[in-house]
Amino acid sequence: MRFFIFCLALFFAALAPRSAPAQPGKVQEVVLDNGLKVLLLESHKSPSVTFQIWYRVGSRNEQDGKSGLSHFLEHMMFKGTDKIAPEEYPRVIAKNGGRSNAFTSSDHTVYFATMSREKIGIAIEMEADRMANARLDGGYFEQEKKVIMEERRLRTEDNPVSALAEVTGAVAYTVHPYRRPVIGWMGDIQSLSREDLQKHYQTYYAPNNAFIVMVGDFSTDEILEKVRAAFGDIPRGPEPPRVEVREPPQRGERRVSLKKEAELPFLLFYYHAPNLKHPDSFALDLLAVILAGGRSSRLYQDLVYQKRIARSVDADYGGLAADATVFSVTAEVMPDKEPLDVERAIGSLLGRVRAEPVSERELEKAKNQIEAAFIFGQDSVFGQAMRVGQYESVAGWRHLEEYIAGIRKVTAADVLRVAKQYLDPDRRTVGTLFPIKEKKQ
Amino acid sequence: MKKFFIALFCLSLVGFGAAASEARLTPARSALENGLVLLASEERGLPMVTFNLLIRAGSRYDPQGREGLANLTARLLTYGTRSRTALQISETLDFIGATLSAGAGEELASVNLTLLKKDLDVGLNLLAEILTASVFPAEEIGRQKQSVIAAIRAREQEPGSIAQRKFHEALFPQSPYGRPVEGDEKGVARIGRTELVEFYQRYYRPDRAILAVVGDVSHQELKDKLTQALRSWQRGAGAREEAPRVSAGPATVIRIQKNLTQANIVIGHEGVTRGHPDYYVIQVMNYILGGGGFSSRLMDSVRNERGLAYSVYSSFDADKHVGTFQVAMQTKNESAEEAIRIATEEIRRIREKGVSEEELQSAKDYLIGSFPLRFDTNRRLASFFAQVEFFELGSDYPDRYPDLIRAIRHEDVLRAAQRYLQPEKLIVVVVANQEKSQPKQ
Repeated sequence: MRFFIFCLALFFAALAPRSAPAQPGKVQEVVLDNGLKVLLLESHKSPSVTFQIWYRVGSRNEQDGKSGLSHFLEHMMFKGTDKIAPEEYPRVIAKNGGRSNAFTSSDHTVYFATMSREKIGIAIEMEADRMANARLDGGYFEQEKKVIMEERRLRTEDNPVSALAEVTGAVAYTVHPYRRPVIGWMGDIQSLSREDLQKHYQTYYAPNNAFIVMVGDFSTDEILEKVRAAFGDIPRGPEPPRVEVREPPQRGERRVSLKKEAELPFLLFYYHAPNLKHPDSFALDLLAVILAGGRSSRLYQDLVYQKRIARSVDADYGGLAADATVFSVTAEVMPDKEPLDVERAIGSLLGRVRAEPVSERELEKAKNQIEAAFIFGQDSVFGQAMRVGQYESVAGWRHLEEYIAGIRKVTAADVLRVAKQYLDPDRRTVGTLFPIKEKKQ
Repeated sequence: MKKFFIALFCLSLVGFGAAASEARLTPARSALENGLVLLASEERGLPMVTFNLLIRAGSRYDPQGREGLANLTARLLTYGTRSRTALQISETLDFIGATLSAGAGEELASVNLTLLKKDLDVGLNLLAEILTASVFPAEEIGRQKQSVIAAIRAREQEPGSIAQRKFHEALFPQSPYGRPVEGDEKGVARIGRTELVEFYQRYYRPDRAILAVVGDVSHQELKDKLTQALRSWQRGAGAREEAPRVSAGPATVIRIQKNLTQANIVIGHEGVTRGHPDYYVIQVMNYILGGGGFSSRLMDSVRNERGLAYSVYSSFDADKHVGTFQVAMQTKNESAEEAIRIATEEIRRIREKGVSEEELQSAKDYLIGSFPLRFDTNRRLASFFAQVEFFELGSDYPDRYPDLIRAIRHEDVLRAAQRYLQPEKLIVVVVANQEKSQPKQ
């Protein structure tokens, strides 16, 4: 669950750490009569156009016993409509020189294609078709269930670090649906039915519960006409149920251990934190960079470089989430070192950042890192579209425009205050992977 | 998250392919007096610059008994120069928010640097220092050796990586191409400072290097600045290099026991080099067999029809002196044999029956149509330029590529399948819980 967001954050860090509108272009927002919001950003540096449709549904909208439903539906959306044969969608895109794919997170389900300006209309039309007419063909249901179970084995069952993230997330949250993995528990995946999928599709796949993001080499007026022609006639659906669950405050540390075949121990700290709608989000972003941004950062210097007890460290503020989120700190333990020593070293460093303000230079360095990454992020049209989409999904894309100014305003006192408030040992969950030796046959 | 692995895979197919005559795909080229080849392309849209340096200093140059030397040398480049300590280098980079990384492959070492335009001089000076004045401090050597040994341990918990290592060992026995770039624990432990310095002095020479730069800077400005910054970098001895002789290992089945839920399978044999005259026909054939993501036959038969795997693909990876063909997939232990049988059947089928006109046309359409879109970021452009130079594809390569693909006929594909797919030579590697994955006697 959280790990999926975490994973995505890392993945897109490579493409677009802090993507934002390219200089001359600004995001244009248009809302169609049926409630479908369209966000368009022209960028003419390469001949690519990225088209993404974001449905406001993810594992956050699922119920106990039905975990993995949104992700399963994402797979079944490739099983055709009356016009498009099963698995034909990616073939048509590829034949036209494009790439397409989809992903599901806690908060949303996203389908995307990157094509040339001349061809992108094909993706727009096919996407509109499956918003209204997906068949979710029952003839493919059982095979696809097997595929998803293989996906879970690949991503989680046989991956010790992601298994740790899953079980730690399930303890960090007691009530909120973020406690469930995006891909779903194996038993739940097995018992999902085609009727579950149809109901989910009917409830959440409507123009008023989705938005489109397009970035790239197009003219706004021309592309808007294409979008309107394809999506304009799809009727508005009933408002989907809202998720009102709030995670109650945590009082006292929680601990999880996972014993599994692995080579190196791994440590994971989850601290509850607000999402990016909260004004503290800027200081939390900076705190993550101060702790683990680059080789000169505090955690890296101390654990990896000086003490040599960790192979790698990271800190991540998951502010891009629809509801209250976590600030995570992770460390992969060096061979023959003790997880407890690593935990103590992290504890002591976090203690320091909660007790003394960071220096002006250290703060300036972190701001420069964020600002540079923000510009590098605009190098990719896909990365830019992801950022616009993530912001829109959580707080409205306009927050993105305030981002760098918000970062620049943060003071050392702000960083100290948020560290004190959120990196509280009583509000954390500590997960530890203890490798066990392979059982010989 | 359905299809991300595949998306990533498609994006990484850089190195083959080009199309449409576009200025942005043809960099300005010059050779500095010391032999360094500079390729530069102005991209003024964003105030950033990306460097990709390739240097013939990969693990194939490791002396016997010192496997891992090339990798360790590359890693240590950023850990101390005549005028800066490791920490000073990190501080400098982090303060300007730049990213710098160095690493080695079998053939080439590479250095990647991305920075803001305003920090160009800082970055160039640092780049020049690590190329001409790295000092390999004893303490840093110890630290990096520990870190590499940890990485060697860590890869043992990644079943996919174990399968790849075993496959390459069996395919290229007694050859640097059959060994992991990072070496083994014993070899790495033996490496001393003298060997690192010697390796650096011998192989890190401008006449062995290609530097591609894309971003907010002109070719002339770069040329002037690099000439100045790299004036102390001298050509090497320039001894003629023998092309390595590689002979492929025989067909075999390798089973590795791990307590996993999934069998990680690699099957394959020798492929062709990048310069091979049939390279393009082979890429078209492989696209249809298993390289074409959701459009491929393997994806259809292994995933869509039978639900045996989440990810399955085939590739012909072509390097300067060696090439491999492989099919890689993961399936639950119990269906390992079935998956191997199906994949092998697909290999036989394409050899016996060839491909349909429709399949051929779709493959060509994708390869030609997607070309200009594949290089849609500065980083991908820089990497493309450097590879075109390294593989000596010629500056007109982007213009020639569509014709190379278009000219391929149905019978060429059949001939390529018959010649370059060799079922009798398949090496089969299965990393799995063997009790469950092996055929019952």
